[in-house]
Amino acid sequence: MGKIRTIARRSFLIGSTAIAGGVAFGTYSVKRAHKNPLLANLEEGEATFNPWVKISKEAITLITPHADIGQGAFSMQAALIAEELDVDFGQFDVSPGTPSAVYYNAALGAELAPVMTTDTSPSAERQRTLYRNIVKVIGLQGTGGSSTTPDSFDKLRVAGAVARETLKRAASKQSGVAVSQLITQSGAVILPDGTKLKYTDLADAASKVQPVRDVTLRDPKQWRLIGKSMQRLDIVPKSTGQQNYGIDIELDGMMYAAIRTNPRQGGALNSYDDSKAKNMRGVKSIVPVTNGVAAIADNSWRAFQAVDAVECAWGEASYPLDMDGHWAEVEASFTLERLDKVWREDGDIEGGLASGDIFEAEYRAPYVAHQPLEPLNATVLVTDDRVDIWSGHQVPGIVEQRVAKITGVNKNNVHFHNQYMGGSFGHRLEFGFIDQAAEIANQMRGTPIKLTYTREEDFVHDYPRQITMARPTGRTENGKITAYDLPIASVSVASSQAGRMGQAMPGPDSQIPAGAWNMPYAIPNLRVSAYRVPELAPVSSWRSVGASSAGFFGESFFDELCREAGIDPLEERLRLCNDPVARKVLEAVGEMSNWGSPLGAGRGRGLALVNSFGVPVAEVVEVTQTDLGLKIDKVFVAADVGRIVDPVNFDNHVKGGVVWALGHAMNSEITYKDGIAEQTNYHAHEGMRFHQCPEIFVKGLETAEKIRGIGEPTVPPAAPALANAIFDATGQRLREMPFHKFIDFV
Amino acid sequence: MEFLVNGTTYETDVEDDMPLLWVLRDELKIKGPKYGCGIAQCGACTVHMDGMAVRSCSVSAEQAAGTEIVTIEGLGNPNSLHAVQAAWIENQVAQCGYCQAGQIMAAAAFLDINPEPTDDQIDQAMSANLCRCGTYPRIREAVKSAATKLLG
Repeated sequence: MGKIRTIARRSFLIGSTAIAGGVAFGTYSVKRAHKNPLLANLEEGEATFNPWVKISKEAITLITPHADIGQGAFSMQAALIAEELDVDFGQFDVSPGTPSAVYYNAALGAELAPVMTTDTSPSAERQRTLYRNIVKVIGLQGTGGSSTTPDSFDKLRVAGAVARETLKRAASKQSGVAVSQLITQSGAVILPDGTKLKYTDLADAASKVQPVRDVTLRDPKQWRLIGKSMQRLDIVPKSTGQQNYGIDIELDGMMYAAIRTNPRQGGALNSYDDSKAKNMRGVKSIVPVTNGVAAIADNSWRAFQAVDAVECAWGEASYPLDMDGHWAEVEASFTLERLDKVWREDGDIEGGLASGDIFEAEYRAPYVAHQPLEPLNATVLVTDDRVDIWSGHQVPGIVEQRVAKITGVNKNNVHFHNQYMGGSFGHRLEFGFIDQAAEIANQMRGTPIKLTYTREEDFVHDYPRQITMARPTGRTENGKITAYDLPIASVSVASSQAGRMGQAMPGPDSQIPAGAWNMPYAIPNLRVSAYRVPELAPVSSWRSVGASSAGFFGESFFDELCREAGIDPLEERLRLCNDPVARKVLEAVGEMSNWGSPLGAGRGRGLALVNSFGVPVAEVVEVTQTDLGLKIDKVFVAADVGRIVDPVNFDNHVKGGVVWALGHAMNSEITYKDGIAEQTNYHAHEGMRFHQCPEIFVKGLETAEKIRGIGEPTVPPAAPALANAIFDATGQRLREMPFHKFIDFV
Repeated sequence: MEFLVNGTTYETDVEDDMPLLWVLRDELKIKGPKYGCGIAQCGACTVHMDGMAVRSCSVSAEQAAGTEIVTIEGLGNPNSLHAVQAAWIENQVAQCGYCQAGQIMAAAAFLDINPEPTDDQIDQAMSANLCRCGTYPRIREAVKSAATKLLG
């Protein structure tokens, strides 16, 4: 078990002061608490102890504000509260609650700080505090950056403990028994004589006592839930067709909408002719939206048919029309003017590469789409004084702000109801589909409108992963890597995303070199530099963001240097490793994979190690060259997240990240022709299929000091481990994704 | 047109060429079958038609009328699980879960005609159903344990 500190005592303040507009910044406002949104709708006899727990005579409701995009966040958050509150699965409801600044994501703030996650120096801690405070003051509630577990782990246990102790205080007052004589179990306070006072029966009394503020969290040895395999709350509904998603919303009088906007991202609609479409069966209306048109009908399919029948004249693209133009711009970006930042400079790289045999290469990573299986959709009802939105989104507060602006309805009367999502992978950080649904519903006031994207519309308007290149050079001497220079040129995801929100992103983009600049190696002469390519096609955060490409560059070329020098890639990593946690995952994966044992003809194995989102992950991929193509046989994964909340979900998530990474590295890219994405459905961009899926072996370590999330960190090492394995098996070095352009897979 | 779905007969007025998926979802309000791709590439809309697994996005209303249709809701429910659903729960397969109704319907129909499948046959049968979360390793285990269960 890890060295996670036990929190002895934690103060928990239920503030009543909100920060208006969230613009003030300074120590004063940072110290203030955001107000508890559950107070707004509290009915007589209901009690809320903090923004995460509400108890009425009928029900215990746990608020799980981190969005559930398929990663099991609702279940995990509920488990953390339940652990301290002493309620069992089945005894409570969960709700994402209403968007609120109180649910700001402190862990995401710390993650945004441009410091290495292994850096615990005072200046690094100051940077983290600064970023955490910025997120608190703006009240940014968000899900992403593998931050749900680190953000929730202490906070939600404290919330559960505060509620429990307050219920005990109420029970004490009611029964006359001292608090010290009371215990809690399965949703009840138990008196010394065995009498059970159910929490629901205590709700009214608890709402009238002074809430307890100082609580002691339990020793991990006492945990009933954390660290043990749980059955996720959504497993039964998701196995029986009972789970509803945003796309399944039905409201009285609802109409169905479909949309078509300029397939050249961001391009204008010059003119349109809807004379055929508006007379089609079931069509209620054709309305203009920004850069396109929407059809509203009494059935989704009829709306799809109608919007396809609108004749549109589209404007031009603002970026190069074809891929040659995109790559030319990336190639031209390794210049002093476009240098974003030198992120790492150990030793003397110029001196280290001044003589001897210098080895160099060029790497590329393409645009790749997110395309979760549930197409983008949003249901909106606009009336003159209120707006309701049902959809799935990772940043709910901003959804409300944008819809308020579009409809002109006061933000306090705009209500977002976050839904279970059929995947995201970063797709539902974007706001275009929400804006469009609001634009349509605003023209149809009083009628609920469900906008559903066709898969084709979703593909063409996916803001893909960054396009990027690297031109590494290196040198080995006497069987050791002595110099490694890694310049990476990339478009900036952060500035592209911020730009769509009307904001500038000052300073260098830490995602361009993510996963590479923090390589845990003490190479005597090491430099990692980022060059910023001016925006081309708009891009967005794709599961693991910068590390998905920079990790591929850094770890593939490291392997090239090892092979060049005739040294073992695992031994060389262990020799250079300067992070004790990373060393442990390397050792673990070496042991799991029986590294160094003979594999036989036509077979190969490859290794990679990447630290992203604070989690070092090492992976070994084994492949076999067959008559039908290359087959991935096995993948071994070792990762250290400090503490594993649910071993089953952890295992499933690790494997999912590996499948995601390998599938896209093998098979998928987005290319532009005439400014339009050429891939319009899964036949042309399918990720991994069942028959290509290897056996995956997972080992979760718990030695790191801080608890971390596992949603993204298993993605970056998979592509380089596969490329390194392919080289080992075939002698062919793949320096560009997707690999299927160069070799056949089974 | 008349549709027999999960043992209930429904009457609804739709075009001959409306895909069964949209008859089910938007006309009959049966939401278990999911829209994923619309061109039989992902399998999220899989239902049984006269016992065969079909992609409801690519079957027309005209073809579906008069057949016996079963959706995930008709296969079993939380109080009376089909063996494949029970295996899915025991193996905790789902992440986002959006594809799983289709995966379960595909697996149930497959095991019906091939109760003792080899690993290769499972690979082949399940490859037409896409899972973007990457739950394939658990699907593989669940199909095998469902097969064992069904053989009794």
